[in-house]
Order: sequence, then structure tokens, then C-alpha cells
Amino acid sequence: MRQMVLIAGKEWLDGWRNRWVLVVTLLLALFALTLSFLGAAPTGSVKASPLAVMIVSLSSLSIFLLPLIALLLSYDAIVGEWERGTLALLLAYPVARWQVVLGKFSGQVGILAMATGLGYSTAAVAAIMNSADFAADWSEFAAMLASSVLLGAVFIALGHIVSAVSRDRGTAGGIAIGIWLVFVLVYDMALLGVLVADRGRVLSEEAVGWLLLINPADIYRLFNLAGTTSASAFSGMSGLAAQAHFGPAFLISMLLLWCAVPLVAAVWVFSRRQI
Amino acid sequence: MTEPIVQLQHVTRRFGPQIAVDEVELALRPGECVGLVGHNGAGKTTIIKLVLGLLRPSAGRVMVLGQDPAAGAGARARRELGYLPENVALYPALTGAETLRFYARLKRVDPADNAALLARVGLLEAAKRRVATYSKGMRQRLGLAQALLGRPQALLLDEPTSGLDPASRQSFYGLLREVRRAGAAVLLSSHALAELDSVVDRVVILNRGRKTADGDIQQLRRLAGIRPRIRVQLLADVPPCSRSRFVGWQERPGGVLEIECTEPEIVDRLRTMPETAQAVEVVRPTLDDLYARFSHHDEIAV
Repeated sequence: MRQMVLIAGKEWLDGWRNRWVLVVTLLLALFALTLSFLGAAPTGSVKASPLAVMIVSLSSLSIFLLPLIALLLSYDAIVGEWERGTLALLLAYPVARWQVVLGKFSGQVGILAMATGLGYSTAAVAAIMNSADFAADWSEFAAMLASSVLLGAVFIALGHIVSAVSRDRGTAGGIAIGIWLVFVLVYDMALLGVLVADRGRVLSEEAVGWLLLINPADIYRLFNLAGTTSASAFSGMSGLAAQAHFGPAFLISMLLLWCAVPLVAAVWVFSRRQI
Repeated sequence: MTEPIVQLQHVTRRFGPQIAVDEVELALRPGECVGLVGHNGAGKTTIIKLVLGLLRPSAGRVMVLGQDPAAGAGARARRELGYLPENVALYPALTGAETLRFYARLKRVDPADNAALLARVGLLEAAKRRVATYSKGMRQRLGLAQALLGRPQALLLDEPTSGLDPASRQSFYGLLREVRRAGAAVLLSSHALAELDSVVDRVVILNRGRKTADGDIQQLRRLAGIRPRIRVQLLADVPPCSRSRFVGWQERPGGVLEIECTEPEIVDRLRTMPETAQAVEVVRPTLDDLYARFSHHDEIAV
């Protein structure tokens, strides 16, 4: 545990030093603020709480941005140290390899959590200050924030397995971008294509629900855009939400599973790696 | 004999079809300084990584303080080792002091002693600067400082002086002598035997993964059987009759004669030198000759 905390702390310090924390926080805050002010226009006189609109727009942003940031943060966790030559020295210390993986993972999740929390909260506070409606449901916002960090953690875990498998950073970067494309863009389009072609003949609505669980980005979407009542009304996901009978607790545990499986795999691969 | 700190028994390590280390026997005893000498790719780094438990042997046994360093419990053995990798890479974003603090904590050593350690390697003034701004010699010294954390029982130094200028090299060996006085055993790899002359107690020569020699430099000289040679430059136009004094000498271009002899013979030969001899030179085998001898022959019984 102690060794893990040390490695996480070093990862965090690295994040500060190379300006990752700063840049990501600013980037997320900037996007979130833009969205919150643009998003305020269409609500106009509609009876929608600004925070609910905020949740919808921020979670749409998270689906694209957080996996990308998470993968960029994590893809060279192991292969980078291996290529620079610091890994052999680190492992010559009394540190187990699983401690290295879990330490780096938690440090990077910490960086992402900090950046997301600060960035999104600024935007939310700005949106609330701009409107007369203070009767906002902060628990839904907190749930969105927490699930966003969890989504990031899933992709950080995926980045670690890429990093443990790859022989050089270039390859690792390529695979990471590929993972992002597949889960964030291609999967949904392919699923949509299949659904249109199939017209409900083979694929039952229940099957579609399960297919969504294969993609962590979709689990996140289900949780934030369909799971909570106020948001689902505006997100156009209410139909889907009614079909997929997944409770929020189930969706969160699926995301946790999506975190755990790649991490265990990364530890397993890394333990067998020749240094 | 004292129990060795590090012991390799019939260790073989293959990478696919390639044999990096072939049936090597090696023991490092407390207070001993052993030089591991060989050409690039002879297996020096592989042996050090085997001792650290970074690699597992394909056959044979590696023991550090009676434990397998690659096993789970090996973490305890690794606390007693200090390692300086070849061309040490450190985290460029950290300062010298932070680097040492990070490694000290990983080793569960009190970071309070770090300042003294930094002073010892001459980096106290640069301690607050980032490692990225360090010169190669400074990085190497910081690397040595981290290897010395927690007073390890054995130091494993992989080509510690490669790429250092002669002055840094000398100061590095100076530091090493201090460390040895403190009682640590040292395993030092190098591709230059000549450099290790006054540094090591014992030399192990590797050739393509096999151990070809093991002993102190005097022993190796005897084993190699390379004898000193005397070279004589004769006056020009020396009549052939006066050359009868030089029976058994080999002729070299430019009127130079040469003969191999043993160490005690040298004095006799010099005493009986005729007047026709103009210049005399005694050529003793250098360590490089010795190394060439051992690295070109497969095995010389030790």
C-alpha cells in the first residue's frame, strides 16, 4: 500500500510538473463554460433547471473528451518508462509490479478527478449564477461528476493494458487512439447501422440494451442521459431508458467492472514482461 | 569461507534461440569487489538483471542473501542491493533531492540522511535543480547516490563509467573506494579491463555468455601465459658476425630484434647486452593484451 501511494504521488507530481493537470483543467473548464452559455440560450423560457441542462451537455462532452484525455495520460505509463530506461531501476527496488500498475493508475485517476472536478464545477457555478433558478439538484450533478471520473478511470485502465503490451510508445499511442475511435465513435455508429438494417427482426430491445453494456461510453451515456429523471427528458434518451432496465447502481458496477478487468489484465501482462 | 551475498549456480539465460548467459558460476562475498568484463553483448547486463530478479534464469539458480530475488519474498533481498543501471535514466521532471527522496521512501530508508549522501557525491548545490538540467557526470553521481541508499550489502554497477570523461571517471572510482571501505560488496561491469586495474579484487571475464576467466589480475597474467618481451634496436650496419649474440631473437623491421622471456630473465638479458645495442625496451603485456587473450579463447582452466 505504502509503495502504491508513493508511486501514485510521484505520478501526480509529474502531472503537475509537465502541466498536464493545469492544461486538462483549463481545457475542461473552457469547454464546459462554452457549453453552459450556449446551452443556456435554447432553454430560454422552457421550464428546465439550468443544472439539468448542464448535466446533459457536460456528459455529452465527457463521452468524447474524457476517454481521449484518459488514454493520452496513461498510454505510456509502462512503455514510456521502459523506453526511457527508468523502469529497470524502479523494479530493482523492493516494489512489486502490481504496485507499480495500481500506483500509476490511482495517481492518474487523481489527476483526472481533480481536473474534471475543478473544470466542471466552475462551469456549473457560472451557469447557476447566470440564472434565477437556484433550486438545482446538486446530487444529480455530483453523480454526473463521479461517473465522469469513473469513465475516465475505465479508459486509464485500458491505457495501462495497452502500455503493458506495447514494445514502443508509438505503437502504444496508435492503439490508444484506436481504442478511443472504436468505443467513442465507431461502436455506436455500427450499432445504429445494424439496428436500422435489422429493423427489430433479430435483435430484441433487450439485446440492444446488453449490447450497450459492451461499451463503457454507452454505459456512461445510459447512466447520465437516461438514468436520471430530469436529464432523460431533455436528452432524447428517455425512450432508450425505458427499454433498458438497468438501474443506476447496476450501471455503476458495470463501469467498475470495466475498470477492474483491464487493470487485472495489465498487471498480469506486466508481470510476465521481460525488462 | 564467508557465505556469499550473491551466488549464481550453473545459471543459463536464453532469449529465444540466443543464449545470453551460459552456465555461469559466480559468487560475490562480503567486502569483495568483482569486475565483470566482456565485450558488448557478452552477458554482463543480463547477469546483473538476473541478480536483481528482473529476469528469471532459464536454468540454474540465483541466490541473493539466500533468497531467490525474482520470487515474491525477493523484495526483501532487493532492499539489500543497490543498482546503478548502464546510462542511468532518472525522472527528468524531479529535482535531485526529490529523486533521492522518492527512492529512499521506496526502499523504506529515512530520507533525513539524503543530504549527507548528496554531499558525498558532490551534488548538494545542485540538489534543488531538476535532473533534466544535469550533465551526464552529475546524473551518474546521482545514480550512484540512489544505489547507496540504505547502505546496501551489495552494489551492482553496470558500466558505471561509460561515457564519463577521465576526470569524472577518476572521481567516480574515488567514491567507489570510499564505499568499499564501508564494507559493501561490489559487482562492477565494464568493457575495459585496463580501467579496473586498481579498482577490483577479482575479475570475471565473459565471452558470448560464457565465463572464460575468474581470478585476480596477477593470476590472470600467469594463466594467460603472455610473457614480457625485450626489444633491442641495433646500430645500423652491424656486421652479421656480431649478431651471434642474438641467437633465438626474432628479427623485426628497422633493425629491431625481439625476444620473449620470463620476468627473472629480463635482468640477465639486459646485463649481457652487447655494445651494438642502441636502445632497449621491455614490453610487458597490458591488461588489454590479457583481455584479448581471454576473450579470444573459449576456456582457460582456472
